[in-house]
Amino acid sequence: MSEANRPREILRVENLKKRFGAVQALKGVNLHVSSGEVLALVGDNGAGKSTTIKMVSGVDQPDEGTISIEGRAVKLNGPSIAEALGIQTVYQDLALCDNLDIVSNLFLGKELKRPLIPGVLSVVDKEEMEKRAVPVLDSLGIHLPPLTTPVASLSGGQRQTVAVARAVLWGSKLVLLDEPTAALGVAQTRSVLNLIRTLAKKDIAVLVISHNLTDVFQVADRITVLRHGETVAHYKNSEVTNEDVVAAITGASRKVEM
Amino acid sequence: MSTVPGQKEPTSTNDEGLFSSIKVRLASGDLGLIPVIIALIVIWIVFQILNPHFLDPRNLSNLVQQIVDIGTLAIGVTFVLLLGEIDLSIAAVSGVSAGILVILATSWTGPFGAIIAIIIAILSGIAIGVFQGLWVTLIGVPAFIVTLAGSLGYQGILLALLGDTGTVPVINPTLLAISSTYLPGWLGWLLAAITVAVFAWATLGQRQRRTQKGLKATPINQLMLRIIGVAIITSIVVLTLNLYKGIPLSALILILLVFIFGFVTQSTLFGRHVYALGGNAEAARRAGIKVKWVKVSVFILAAGLAAVGGILGASRLGAASPATGTGDLLLLSIAAAIIGGTSLFGGRGSVYNALAGALVLGSVENGMDLLSAPSSTKYLIEGAILLIAVTIDTLTRRRRIKAGR
Ligand SMILES: Nc1ncnc2c1ncn2[C@@H]1O[C@H](COP(=O)(O)OP(=O)(O)OP(=O)(O)O)[C@@H](O)[C@H]1O
Ligand SMILES: [Mg+2]
Repeated sequence: MSEANRPREILRVENLKKRFGAVQALKGVNLHVSSGEVLALVGDNGAGKSTTIKMVSGVDQPDEGTISIEGRAVKLNGPSIAEALGIQTVYQDLALCDNLDIVSNLFLGKELKRPLIPGVLSVVDKEEMEKRAVPVLDSLGIHLPPLTTPVASLSGGQRQTVAVARAVLWGSKLVLLDEPTAALGVAQTRSVLNLIRTLAKKDIAVLVISHNLTDVFQVADRITVLRHGETVAHYKNSEVTNEDVVAAITGASRKVEM
Repeated sequence: MSTVPGQKEPTSTNDEGLFSSIKVRLASGDLGLIPVIIALIVIWIVFQILNPHFLDPRNLSNLVQQIVDIGTLAIGVTFVLLLGEIDLSIAAVSGVSAGILVILATSWTGPFGAIIAIIIAILSGIAIGVFQGLWVTLIGVPAFIVTLAGSLGYQGILLALLGDTGTVPVINPTLLAISSTYLPGWLGWLLAAITVAVFAWATLGQRQRRTQKGLKATPINQLMLRIIGVAIITSIVVLTLNLYKGIPLSALILILLVFIFGFVTQSTLFGRHVYALGGNAEAARRAGIKVKWVKVSVFILAAGLAAVGGILGASRLGAASPATGTGDLLLLSIAAAIIGGTSLFGGRGSVYNALAGALVLGSVENGMDLLSAPSSTKYLIEGAILLIAVTIDTLTRRRRIKAGR
């Protein structure tokens, strides 16, 4: 095994707290993900999974606690800071611009340009963006309609795929996915799960939220359970049963100390 | 990097041409220029039947000059609407700009003075835009209120500026020349040739880049058809205007503005980000787009263009008065953008649509004037057209949402 392939810790979240008005959404979240590893974050509705992801992606800022990337504590004051650190996110609400086509969405905020009048005026280079996207998507086995199709005319599953593809295209270290298979049929779900494994093989750290425990057991190396804004259990996939996880999610089991 | 041509198993077949591209457009509720051009043709036929002088070169020349200020304001409105915002101050801003222009030009009578006066008038509009843009984005007061309040304030400023003198005539010959100059016939044809050449260069260039990169490109015959279409339309316009006195300078200014800002929206990073923001502001923010900066810029642009419109209007009317920018200018400019097919709800539309919308409204107004219809009828009909346009916009949007898009 080469030096690069030894798992390094990419993300560590410690004692994360966040309050929205009267709601204490996060009361102390702890988790960590290493390169080449898939961590599933599970929990009931309102447990604080999306809120945790938003802190790590810089969309929202925690009240307390630390987020470390590759061992260094970071302040993620905006999505662009997280992106610069190689973090990409697929949000639960997808966050696509319906009025734009697939390429524009894939490259949103990272558009390529070409000079029209060198040194004075440059224009967005859609052709180059399309050209670069195609082989990457192909290599990941992502199938989409022609990239100039407006997102508004895609099916739910295709939109989901665009959102995932976007994260895959840009996430160099850590990819966060908030319920990426929620709206998908059987075949599409399988392809997204395969994609997640492909990412891990490329040595990227993946944090995925899902309510579907079958998916979770299929794709995750480890499982972290969130309940009422607190992490209540950490499991290795191979050492835990479906029932254990369900018990931790619903609070039927004793609290697992860490 | 390998050049794999196209993608694997495209699930929608939009390879072959017009039909499917229309279908995609219908699905996304973006009909582009089609409805407004149909409306324009119908309106022209009706007025030509009612008054055989309607399509005379002389009247058409008047018509294009009449829509110059509305058209200019409507370009700015388009930007604001693309964001999903609204600016109710543009007419008042154009009034202030016109007021500042005429006052400065009463003492500065040379061509150099005219240019300085124009620059200051535009800067005053930009300053207002900065103020409004910052107020909306930094403090978060809805644009609707900020610009409505602003509108009142700017009317006050205009009153204070013109004061007891009331109406101030434009005496600077350079300023008057903006709206009384016509281009010589040959220059019109030269410009037409340049327009077609640039259009051909842009479309064929894009095709060439796509084929070079191994991407699916539009068939060449289809592009040639488009180029020929543009050539025919441009020729008809120049021919018609040349039959009277030539292309009016003010109309040329409007068309240049439309081309420039059409280019800005379609090809520059800023323009693409305006669309992204209008489509999904949160997605744009998460993608790292400087949302606030884009918003402020758009309000500056709208106010700046309003100032330019004010200058063109003052030149055409030969004066500015406390009533400048108060009448139906605001609603007509917003209506022009919406009638052209720019959505009130953000993210859909284009600057070219604004020009088409301005032509529709200008034709109605001009046609009714020819028939000596009273203002009452004019207002009723213009109001009805706006209502229909907004209704269509709302219905297509609702259909989109229903379809889960
Ligand atoms: N912006 C916000 N303002 C106020 N409350 C919020 C906000 N975002 C989240 N919350 C609250 O924080 C809690 C956790 O929400 P979160 O979205 O993280 O849950 P989740 O685990 O992702 O649930 P789901 O499985 O339904 O997606 C909920 O009680 C929610 O109401
Ligand atoms: Mg959630």
